[in-house]
Amino acid sequence: MLTIDRTTYDAIVAHAKRDHPDEACGIVAGPEGSDRPERLVEMVNAAGSPTFYEFDSTDLLQLYKDMDARDEEPVVVYHSHTATEAYPSRTDIGLAMEPNAHYVLVSTREHGNNDGPVEFRSYRIIDGAVTEEEVTVVAQLQSRESEESTP
Amino acid sequence: MAIEVRIPTILRTYTDGAKAVDGSGETLQALIDDLEGNHPGIKDRLIESGDLRRFVNVYINDEDVRFMGGLDAELSDGDQVVVLPAVAGGAGSSAQPVGR
Repeated sequence: MLTIDRTTYDAIVAHAKRDHPDEACGIVAGPEGSDRPERLVEMVNAAGSPTFYEFDSTDLLQLYKDMDARDEEPVVVYHSHTATEAYPSRTDIGLAMEPNAHYVLVSTREHGNNDGPVEFRSYRIIDGAVTEEEVTVVAQLQSRESEESTP
Repeated sequence: MAIEVRIPTILRTYTDGAKAVDGSGETLQALIDDLEGNHPGIKDRLIESGDLRRFVNVYINDEDVRFMGGLDAELSDGDQVVVLPAVAGGAGSSAQPVGR
């Protein structure tokens, strides 16, 4: 299951709507091993395409260096589909290289740049196998302290 | 000659979980051959048909090797090499709306 806070969820949806009809992409980083999506990083789609996304190679290196310095990993890797459903394509499955990440897909096919609901779905993609998982949106992620101080 | 190579999560199965390993070589090709000796299988994940895989990025001292001669890029003692799989995907051309 993916647990994500409302602010981050809304920001991902807003990014997807803003970049429509091109695919939007980014990550939500969090402390290594925590499974907490805490820090949204919107990325530029270097492909600038309605059917493909790719992080720019220089941006990619900077992103991973930043995460490394903070002991973070990509907890969520997200992108949008702009004409099709929010389900991983063959390309998505073949290129999924983060076994620990939740792969989030947002589809803007219904309302494009405009207000209105979107499909927001999450998957694990490991060795070519796709498993959909529940998405729980919370007001705020539970504080790390309260989790750690369980008696 | 020691060159530190940063290994991405997905390839750490070849390095017993290590985030970084040391290798040696005067070119990227030689370095990858050297890594293969200690971490069998890793070369195939980096190279395809004699060239770097399209969706694997390799950097020498923060510069993308595609701008430095690819597998022929030269290495010196103390260089740092970073391997990062591309973050890429997309609906793909086969996913055009039905009826077009």
